[in-house]
Amino acid sequence: MNKRKIIEEKVFRILSAIATYSLVAILAFIVLLIFIKGFDALSWDMVLKTPKGGYYYGGEGGVLNAIVGSLYISIGATIIAAIIGIPAALYINVHLSRYKRTQNTIRYVLDALWGVPSIVYGAFGFTLMLFLGMNASLLAGIIAVALLIIPIVVRTFDEVLCTIPKGLHEASLALGSTRAEMAFKIIFKQGFPGLITALLLAFGRGIGDAASVLFTAGYTDRIPFNLDEPTATLPLAIFFQLSSPIPEVRERAFAAAAILTIIILIISLAARFLSKIYTKTNFK
Amino acid sequence: MLYKRIVIDKVSNAWMMLSIAIILLLPVIIGAGLYIKASPLFDVQSLGRLLGSTTWLPNEMEFGFLPFVLGSLYVTLISFLLAAPVCLLSAIFLTQFSSKRFMRFMYPVIDILAGLPSVIYGVWGIIVIVPFISDSAAPFFGIKSSGYTILAGGIVLAVMCIPYILNMLIEVFNTIPIGLKEASLSLGATYWESVKHIVLKKGFPGIISAFGLGIAKAFGETMAVMMVVGNMVQIKFHLFEAAYPLPALIANNYGEMLSIPMYDSALMFAALLLFVIILLINLVFRYFIYRTKKNE
Repeated sequence: MNKRKIIEEKVFRILSAIATYSLVAILAFIVLLIFIKGFDALSWDMVLKTPKGGYYYGGEGGVLNAIVGSLYISIGATIIAAIIGIPAALYINVHLSRYKRTQNTIRYVLDALWGVPSIVYGAFGFTLMLFLGMNASLLAGIIAVALLIIPIVVRTFDEVLCTIPKGLHEASLALGSTRAEMAFKIIFKQGFPGLITALLLAFGRGIGDAASVLFTAGYTDRIPFNLDEPTATLPLAIFFQLSSPIPEVRERAFAAAAILTIIILIISLAARFLSKIYTKTNFK
Repeated sequence: MLYKRIVIDKVSNAWMMLSIAIILLLPVIIGAGLYIKASPLFDVQSLGRLLGSTTWLPNEMEFGFLPFVLGSLYVTLISFLLAAPVCLLSAIFLTQFSSKRFMRFMYPVIDILAGLPSVIYGVWGIIVIVPFISDSAAPFFGIKSSGYTILAGGIVLAVMCIPYILNMLIEVFNTIPIGLKEASLSLGATYWESVKHIVLKKGFPGIISAFGLGIAKAFGETMAVMMVVGNMVQIKFHLFEAAYPLPALIANNYGEMLSIPMYDSALMFAALLLFVIILLINLVFRYFIYRTKKNE
């Protein structure tokens, strides 16, 4: 009897260890594979040039248009998400701090919104775009991605804000501050590392998302200068080039994938690093 | 001075209220917007025929969504069967067996896996999984296959969903009081027995919710699946056959959308369908989570 117990224990310990280590292996496998495949075709031309004539038949050029387009869209979307998301998260934690039920209902809706797939935001962005009489453009792409990342910003920021001790709220109010002053001068400051994480997380999600910009941002070989011009994005550049029958173009898709992976890794590392720095100086 | 402060307070309140109102109205607006766009379709076909018919001939205004819904369900099911055991085991390992240091090492790993864009997973699927299936797996069973199959979609999707489900499971297991486990250990149970009888039992609602939300995520995933699943309109429940999931239908046909009459309505109906299904799954399981949190 005892022996069976010990064997069962052993088996499951080993199985669960295998499952965990396999995750590390999968991550290493994916990232290394993308890098190895991508670095073959990666060159400064890829990063610094827009597609020239015949690019899609193996001609000269790079994916600068997509890199810049992706950055434009996700920076724009992150700014919009911050403008709407920060006050919303502060409102939940400052004005509604006495109404637990309302707070939880709002969180509930936000969590559900977070789960909505990006293709739905893309399709909705498309209807919104037609409704407003716009064409596929930088602005439409920004709006679609902003809708996608607003729930992420609010919920991630909110998670940090709700750990701030109630005593700080009360101390601030007792000194005679208005609620707005308390929200922006005390709570916002305390939650700042959380905000950085939230914004970077949202930025990373925005730059990597293809489905939401598929309808709304369009695709072009030029770098956009205006909000009403169509914009190329990196994920779509990868997707389109990968479906090409020409091997050279497919190679470039791998290179673009490597670029995107590097950007995502940088964002992820930056988020960890920055939140660590700011947490150190924070009042606990 | 006081007057200025009050004005600033009022303005910031208004700004906060406005943004929260926008966010709370978003699900309603999305639903309504998609419904308005999809509604011309209801004049042509009834809802029952839209969902129950298997004929997909957009040029003849025959829109049967059954193959797509079933395709989505099947790919999701495969990915769930692959992902669920791995998630459960590694969540148990990380929260019960491993050292704190190893857990600190794993957090960034899970975060990066969760943060990788779906296109990257798709590229990985095309480089690795698809050739593996066409060259090794399918011939092993004596089947000819291009590799762009339900199985490939399921595998890629499973890898994508693992970090998402795992994160939620770790959260669930961390809320279980340590005292309970210690009580069981002090009664002479082995570690695994305490996990089996205490942690899994106590965390059961949370585990179900995490799995449910994982399924919802898999159901709506677009790019990665679309790149490896083959995209053929057919109902064949075989691992080595191609399928055409609902999100792939929307993403693949946006180009021809405006040239064929009613086609845009049909695609918007597909988006509405996805939205409603996933929102419902999310609301149900999130409610489950909040209920269990409240009881503690």
